[in-house]
Amino acid sequence: MKATASFFETPEPARFKGILSWLITLDHKRIGLMYLFVILFWFLLAIFLGGLIRLELMFEGQTIMEPEIYNSVFTLHGVIMIFLFIIPALPAVFGNFFLPIQIGADDVFFPKLNLLSWYLYILGGIVAIISLFSDGFPDTGWTFYVPFSISTNTNVSTAVFAAFILGMASMLTGLNFITTIHRMRRPGMGWMQMPLFTWSLYATSWVQLLATPVVSITLVLVILERFFSVGLFDATRGGDPILYQHLFWMYSHPAVYIMILPGMGVISEIIPVFARKSIFGYKAIVISSLTIAIAGSLVWAHHMYTSGMSDTAVFVFSLLTFIVAIPSAIKVFSWVSTLYKGSIEMTPPLFLSLCFIYLFSVGGLTGLVLGAAGPDIHVHDTHFVVAHFHFTMFGGTGFAFFAALHYWWPKMFGRMYNFKAAYIGAILLTGGFMFHYVPMFVLGLMGMPRRYFDYLPQFAQGNFYAGFGAVFIILGIVIMMINLGVSFKRERDAAADPWGGTTLEWMTPSPPPLHNFVGEPVVDKYPYDFTRVVAKHAPGGQED
Amino acid sequence: MNEIVNPVHLVDQSFYFIIGFSFFFLFVITCVMIWFVIRYRRSRHPVPADIRGNLGLELVWIIIPTIIALGMFVSGWKSYTGLRTVPKGTMEIEALAQSFSWIFIYPNDKESENELVVPVNTPVKLKMTSLDVLHSIFIPAFRVKVDAVQGLNTYAWFLPQEEGEYDLFCTEYCGTGHSDMTGTVRVVSREEYDEWLEEDAW
Repeated sequence: MKATASFFETPEPARFKGILSWLITLDHKRIGLMYLFVILFWFLLAIFLGGLIRLELMFEGQTIMEPEIYNSVFTLHGVIMIFLFIIPALPAVFGNFFLPIQIGADDVFFPKLNLLSWYLYILGGIVAIISLFSDGFPDTGWTFYVPFSISTNTNVSTAVFAAFILGMASMLTGLNFITTIHRMRRPGMGWMQMPLFTWSLYATSWVQLLATPVVSITLVLVILERFFSVGLFDATRGGDPILYQHLFWMYSHPAVYIMILPGMGVISEIIPVFARKSIFGYKAIVISSLTIAIAGSLVWAHHMYTSGMSDTAVFVFSLLTFIVAIPSAIKVFSWVSTLYKGSIEMTPPLFLSLCFIYLFSVGGLTGLVLGAAGPDIHVHDTHFVVAHFHFTMFGGTGFAFFAALHYWWPKMFGRMYNFKAAYIGAILLTGGFMFHYVPMFVLGLMGMPRRYFDYLPQFAQGNFYAGFGAVFIILGIVIMMINLGVSFKRERDAAADPWGGTTLEWMTPSPPPLHNFVGEPVVDKYPYDFTRVVAKHAPGGQED
Repeated sequence: MNEIVNPVHLVDQSFYFIIGFSFFFLFVITCVMIWFVIRYRRSRHPVPADIRGNLGLELVWIIIPTIIALGMFVSGWKSYTGLRTVPKGTMEIEALAQSFSWIFIYPNDKESENELVVPVNTPVKLKMTSLDVLHSIFIPAFRVKVDAVQGLNTYAWFLPQEEGEYDLFCTEYCGTGHSDMTGTVRVVSREEYDEWLEEDAW
């Protein structure tokens, strides 16, 4: 491969040297990396807070903090993880970096809007920090349920406003991606030639664009209530507290699909590459992504079976919830079938993807218990729910994020990392994960509610195990991050196509040049056609 | 009292039905996945097949899971109707939630705090409301949970069939004292209940 100047070596404008040249960049790749560093900061902070929660719960009674602090810590853990990590993680980092490359474009459609989204994201984070140091961080939980969120004395308004700004960033990113996919595909790339990661981002972006305004308005209503006491959610003045829950989940349930769909897209990229075999059922996966986006927007009230809403509503939302389970199942079956008769090379990204399939399946299947009307009454708002959504969000999206990091790391930075350390990190993380969350399923079934500062003696054992597992999770993540960080000391010598991929990002040098491609990339008729890769790596074939 | 179906059994049946299938699917998916990765590793299987899909197989794994999922929905719904359909001859007790305790008001206007005393083998209906923010009553032994909302009347019913003491929790996060907002359900014999009801608590 000829030496081409990568996007790291973009000439700097006269007055903006070094880091300043990054802060005014319109390059989608640089913006993606800027998101990566900020998002990793928030993620590690929220992991630390999560560790504090489990440490507090490891022993009965007060262990390391007061109940007021505990309530703020779990609120902060939730708000950061949801709004500052999981929702933006995959689209903002890997979507920004790889979506334009995967469709053969040189940038997103609105590069300035893209930079604005990044600044809004940063602003949202700063406002969240300000709320922490003003009147005490909110103690409402990340759901901000009324009337508590209106009557509590802590600084809910600022935190809610932070979420509002972050919502803007998310909406603009969605708008940008939709336009980019519609307008900037390279000639030859029809809809059915698009890689599955791009497809998943397309489905996600529509949800971001259509559902986020609902939560934005709802959060503004909370602020209005706090300052002007309008009475919208106040039953004594003709308002309805349940209305808030509907409005909140009308966004926040679709939001869980904003979180998981790009993760599914990542796995759909990684499995075929390391099996060196076409994805099984390309069209079925595309259709299931769109079905999840549409049907997933119609199931929000399954968070509300005990809220006092009508039984008819419970019937409808329970039924729809079971319908939305099917497309996720289709994806899992397709991934496993892709492995059949492949030529499988074990690597850290594949290992993390296999862990994803297992953990996400546990999360999805326990979701069936929660979707069923009767059993949900028992486990609703208990530790069972906590375990369930961590299996889908952390075991799902979190692991997909780690897999994506390891899969695209050589492409983004041109450096390979140490495989052995990556495996050790991943194994510690997965083992710790099971030790951490499986006891919570049992605790929930036994009846331990969530958001509890203290608990009855019968719950002590499970909480101790969970805290024990947390240690290994944190250790695994630290090893993984250090291993990736250490790769910066290595030579920048990663091959353009270290894994044998078929999508366009592997047709350009690592790291890519400013305009993404050297020459014109050729678009295949079918995005997962491995015949050329197989021929190249066959005995006697041309290796790189 | 045996003609009343205790919804606890319906809920548990539905739970075991769903979790049974879930364990089965998880086991199969995991085993097949691991077996493929070992069987088709590159050193043993260097040339991959080119299979891009199989409509028949895909239809099978759309239709069969759909049928199973609908079965799960029906079982869940049946147990839910059990929880919601209050039988005749139920004793009604008012339950008021406030930060951070539970007040129970009995038919003869006797009140108790954080302790719900009920006679064995009598269906009990709790008529709930909240005096301030959201709360939610949860009695794991009877599989019941319902939110207490200011300005709204909600209800739950259960059938205690064995004497003893059972835990009662608040499961809707309500502030600093949330995890202290617990109580006990004391199930006693009919005679003991009548005696307790007439006792002057004050």
